[in-house]
Amino acid sequence: MSVATAPATLDVSHTPAVPFGRLVRVELRKLADTRAGRWLLISIAALTVLVLIIQMAVVLGQDLHPKFLDFLQGMNTPMGVLLPVLGVMSVTSEWSQRTAMVTFTLEPSRVRVVAAKFVSILLISALALVIGLVLGSLANVMYGAFSGHEVVWGSVGKYAVYYLMLYVFGMATGFAFGALLLNSAAGIVVYFVYSFVLPTIFSIAAALMDWFKSLQPWIDFNTDQNNLIDATIHGKDWAQLVVSGFIWLVVPLAIGIWRIRRAEVK
Amino acid sequence: MIKVEGLTRAYGSFIAVDDISFECRPGTVTGFLGPNGAGKTTTMRVMVGLTPPTHGDVTIGGLHYKDIPNPGRHVGVLLDASAQHAGRTGREVLEIGAQTMGLPGARVDQMLDLVSLDGREAKRRVRNYSLGMRQRLGIAHALLGDPSVLILDEPANGLDPAGIRWMRGLLKGYADQGGTVLLSSHLLHEVEQIADEMILIGNGRIVARGTREELLRDATGGVSTTLVTALDNQQLSEALTEKGLAVHPAGAGLRVTAETVDVGRVAAERQIVLTDLRAGHEGGLEDLFLELTADTQRDTLPNEVSSEVPA
Repeated sequence: MSVATAPATLDVSHTPAVPFGRLVRVELRKLADTRAGRWLLISIAALTVLVLIIQMAVVLGQDLHPKFLDFLQGMNTPMGVLLPVLGVMSVTSEWSQRTAMVTFTLEPSRVRVVAAKFVSILLISALALVIGLVLGSLANVMYGAFSGHEVVWGSVGKYAVYYLMLYVFGMATGFAFGALLLNSAAGIVVYFVYSFVLPTIFSIAAALMDWFKSLQPWIDFNTDQNNLIDATIHGKDWAQLVVSGFIWLVVPLAIGIWRIRRAEVK
Repeated sequence: MIKVEGLTRAYGSFIAVDDISFECRPGTVTGFLGPNGAGKTTTMRVMVGLTPPTHGDVTIGGLHYKDIPNPGRHVGVLLDASAQHAGRTGREVLEIGAQTMGLPGARVDQMLDLVSLDGREAKRRVRNYSLGMRQRLGIAHALLGDPSVLILDEPANGLDPAGIRWMRGLLKGYADQGGTVLLSSHLLHEVEQIADEMILIGNGRIVARGTREELLRDATGGVSTTLVTALDNQQLSEALTEKGLAVHPAGAGLRVTAETVDVGRVAAERQIVLTDLRAGHEGGLEDLFLELTADTQRDTLPNEVSSEVPA
């Protein structure tokens, strides 16, 4: 048997806690270091460019006089569909691949890990906005050059704020559903049901029932976001956005974080 | 260094770990032994904060795991070598760990070297790794932060014999430098050669503990046993029984409650040709292990357990 001379306590005075910024960098890295993650990011970028090219062909062919906002709206379709998928997977891949066991042994504070993940998707939303603005501007300038029409910009600053909110809402809602379900497939399916099926059901219900028609804007987060897409949001729309956002984003996120804190990681 | 006090973990009415206490000291290797489902993994999961205890407490170096800042620098953990993202390369797995712990990138190369994963293997995705390679990667990950405590769940699982020997040397050297090692196994012979102390667990309870010698003494109850094989076991058995010695069939030979010299003498007197004669200690330990954990064995054992133990 060897000589047991080492002290039986840990000297932790030289190891500060893992800084939050480092956790965020690690989480950003994890979004892109697998084939699945990388291709999802590449697909989002590629589809966005593709949509712009098609849009350009259509507006030039039919002489439609688009504005800068129209290009932002065109790009919102691929971004709005795929960014939330990235949001879902940023949480659930730790569970389906069981890496949460490793992640939580290196940083036992699960709330810090979840916060780092959330910040990482906020940064991706900001990056998406920057790419969207650059591509949209490019498209707008090119349209002007090709068509000879005057280029219309509108309130670019206001659009930037609205579209950042859209991307953040999309990714954060996906993130919340992912945290709630802790399963990639379930998270993505539920997100798509929420985002494509539910608004239809809501509008049918609103058409059939008067009382529901007045309730719908307060509970339909998707439809409320159309006011941001059109940049027509004002007054009461904001209050409705806050209420429906609380229901579909804040509540599932809170329950999801509570669940992650308590979940036994297998 | 690792202190488990009155630990209980229940899942509904099922009690996975039932009031266990033990300690792992610096400079030693502690072997945590038990059949599958005995509660080893649950105990280790509680140690690193992945599972909350129902009762009791576990501290490492006087701290709860969650209170250790940058714990990867102090406690190396390998709970499940398969719990890695299948789509990441081996190197990327280690680089994420190193980045989280704030270690220089060179540390990753050192660890890959240490566990003998070459550059080409490190670039492959974990999906394409054999269990043995995942195990090596997991050991590399556990050692990344140069911790003073190692908690390894079934680290030898999937390693080839050469790999198991390599790991023994690695852990032994690590303990000799003052490190604390706790490793679990369901195979006695994987552990008994390196463990300074063994803790046998069955059905969530500790059923025996001590050094190899202490356990052997308990196993044999101070009575020596001999394993013997003759050309004619029947004849030898009768001769020994006549001398008043207790004889039981064991594998291809006999187990006798006596010193080897006594058995040899009887054989010489009767001119019985022996093909094997040795002290039956190893069998004693294996028997003890199987007997103590018999309640939790999934397979029912024959009354007399074979004492043919791999040397």
